[in-house]
Amino acid sequence: MEYFLQQLINGATLGSIYGLIAIGYTMVYGIIGMINFAHGDIFMVGAFMALIAIIVIGVTAATPFFVLVLALIVVLVVAMVLTSVWGWTVERIAYRPLRGSFRLAPLITAIGMSLILQNFVQLVQSARVKPLPPIITGGYSLGESSGGYVVQLSNIKIVIVVITVTLMVAFSLLISRTALGRSQRACEQDARMAALLGVNVDRTISLTFVIGAALAAVAGMMFLLYYGVIDFYIGFNAGIKAFTAAVLGGIGSLPGAMLGGVVIGMIETFWSAYFPAAYKDVAAFSILAITLIFLPSGLLGKPEVEKV
Amino acid sequence: MAAEVTEQPTAEFRPEGAEILDEQRAAAMAGEPPFAETTRTVGDRLITSLKDSVIAAVIGLVLFGPLVGLETVPGSESRLAVNQRWGVVAIIVAVVFAGRLALNLLVWHTDYPITASFGRIFSRTERMHQADWIIVWVVAAILAVLNYYATELAELMVIVATIAFVVVVGRKVFAAYIPDLPYSQIFGGLFLLFAIALPLIAYGLLPDQLRYVMDQAVVMLAYIMLGWGLNIVVGYAGLLDLGYVAFYAVGAYSFALISHYFGLSFWVCLPLAGILSATWGLILGFPVLRLRGDYLAIVTIAFGEIVRLILLNWADFTGGPAGIGHIPQPSFFGLPFDRSEHGVAAFFGVPFSPILRIIWLYYIILVLALITGTISSRLRRLPIGRAWEALREDEIACRSLGINTRNTKLTAFACGAMFAGFAGSFFATRQGFISPESFNSGESFLILAVVVLGGLGSQLGIVISVIFINAVSELRQFHEYRVLIVGLALVLIMVWRPRGLISTRFPSVQLRDRKKVPAAVPAEGHG
Repeated sequence: MEYFLQQLINGATLGSIYGLIAIGYTMVYGIIGMINFAHGDIFMVGAFMALIAIIVIGVTAATPFFVLVLALIVVLVVAMVLTSVWGWTVERIAYRPLRGSFRLAPLITAIGMSLILQNFVQLVQSARVKPLPPIITGGYSLGESSGGYVVQLSNIKIVIVVITVTLMVAFSLLISRTALGRSQRACEQDARMAALLGVNVDRTISLTFVIGAALAAVAGMMFLLYYGVIDFYIGFNAGIKAFTAAVLGGIGSLPGAMLGGVVIGMIETFWSAYFPAAYKDVAAFSILAITLIFLPSGLLGKPEVEKV
Repeated sequence: MAAEVTEQPTAEFRPEGAEILDEQRAAAMAGEPPFAETTRTVGDRLITSLKDSVIAAVIGLVLFGPLVGLETVPGSESRLAVNQRWGVVAIIVAVVFAGRLALNLLVWHTDYPITASFGRIFSRTERMHQADWIIVWVVAAILAVLNYYATELAELMVIVATIAFVVVVGRKVFAAYIPDLPYSQIFGGLFLLFAIALPLIAYGLLPDQLRYVMDQAVVMLAYIMLGWGLNIVVGYAGLLDLGYVAFYAVGAYSFALISHYFGLSFWVCLPLAGILSATWGLILGFPVLRLRGDYLAIVTIAFGEIVRLILLNWADFTGGPAGIGHIPQPSFFGLPFDRSEHGVAAFFGVPFSPILRIIWLYYIILVLALITGTISSRLRRLPIGRAWEALREDEIACRSLGINTRNTKLTAFACGAMFAGFAGSFFATRQGFISPESFNSGESFLILAVVVLGGLGSQLGIVISVIFINAVSELRQFHEYRVLIVGLALVLIMVWRPRGLISTRFPSVQLRDRKKVPAAVPAEGHG
């Protein structure tokens, strides 16, 4: 039971990270109907930005509490801003010129962008893994069991879940209450009609990529703090899993992305805990195929009607 | 759709009113009102250009500043430290600024954009203006000077550039006299002759480097074969398969495992590997092929990874990360390539040399590649091939015309997988050793890049793009950047020339005359 509880906590943490990335996929898909393959690599760039900021500022576990909090907020903001510029640039260079091109064109540039980002980071930051000693340390022990197994609830996990939930709430408000959110939903429903009614579609799409990249940067920073090691290739696996999360939750649906993220995080954690861990990625990828085949509109998505 | 489009309408068949549009277009190109930027003087444009370039430079600084300027390196006490490289950042930002300024001044904020000239020079149909010849002469002069001064690597690149230049301009001049020369057939024939005679040519010209040349040729032919196989799936049927390497792996492992456990030879395993790969293509394709294009792409990535992970982790059966070694070599009609008295060398009474085996491998892959190419180009003209292309153009129309879309997609998928299986077992026999490392997703992307850069659906284009990519990877100076260059090429080709390097296509059916579809009609799949 305690073991189970521990896996539940781990799964929720991992799921939060996947959920944050999945939002980027689901928003972009909702608005222009394409899969942004490069999004996983934007997440990787975000992790690197956070790493660089942490090292430049010199944050360590020994930093006094209030300074630490302040410094991490600064790191978060810096990583979000710098990564959003990358997100914006990717859209501007690789996707915007291809509106109205043939169907496979943006997918192919997305793959190209993904290769570019991975290899660019590998080139300028070297292929070695980047270790980072734990910064947020400590935690609580819950319920000493008779078997001697102690459920650990570490501070970093609490931070990750709290930040994710906060961002989700803020983000849902942004979509439902602001002018930007309204134009975004309008473009999602019918981009041409929205343009006729005075919505700047290009700008809205750009902002979608910016928001997606900013959230991916948060996920990247959480990943860095949680695992304490990153390299230029983390975007590939995380990207596919987050995409799986987006599909599982119902692509185009924001709460769905979060739910899908948590489910995928749980599946991966429980698989590692109870089955051979080497096949945990196989399990996650199989979920993607199974979902697409049997439940193409996902858990919370609307069924897609093909218009002729 | 594609078959109807023939050529630019000539003057006498032009519909009423079309001349006026032409005049307007001419006026726009000449910079006359109402299209000219009349209110803006040269100074205004210069200021706009400068502003824009400064913004681009600032964005460049934000993008590259942290990642390039602050390299994280291992420091003391297993902590990371930062290595500052602001000089490199300054260079990058300067390049961004200069490049953007040049684009602004020469392309965007000018009445005579340089790109229009390039368009006319590269196109065979459009006539060149007087001014365009200036560019041709300037480029020719630069190339002449470079040919005189360049050394080593630079020399090679300059020679290639010169040849390309001569081909482009020469074609232009030729086209004025013989408008409908079948260029792709001529080039294809020349390539084929060259490929057949390559061992002799290489032996005659570079006897010291024969081994290296033949190895390179084998690798390139293997990629050409994979490209032609994937072309069936992506180019003809329009299904974006990003897990193609999975079938390559199935072919390689089928051969390796069958020969390991049952001791069968290459020639028996080759068809078996193809059949097994095709079967896996059917099994994997069956559930996913009704998905939309982009879903299909990501599911195939996932399948590719699943296959690799299983090969990696099922160590009892596949050898796991250690791979499988001692894979048998193909024999020459039963004669092995060794020093023994039953070997090929003894049979023909020539001194033994390992190069014989490589030349034999070269001809095997040449024949396999030619089979792939021939079969796929013939398939394209059969009803099944036409169904593939129709499916790529418009799935809904296909369904309403009674084409069984699922079966059509499945055959394309299985055909592509079969050729990947052949190529895979060839790979296994050539290497003599295989491990899951050779079948990662990067390989899939590389094969896709081969197909996309050459031009979706164009076989000659695939040959050219394999030569290009191989040249990039072989040049020592570029080796580190090769995937980066491939990625950049993918983006640039999609933005500037979405139908690839070779962009004209011959329709597979035509009413009377055989006419090509111009590149300006990208009819591929809006559905």
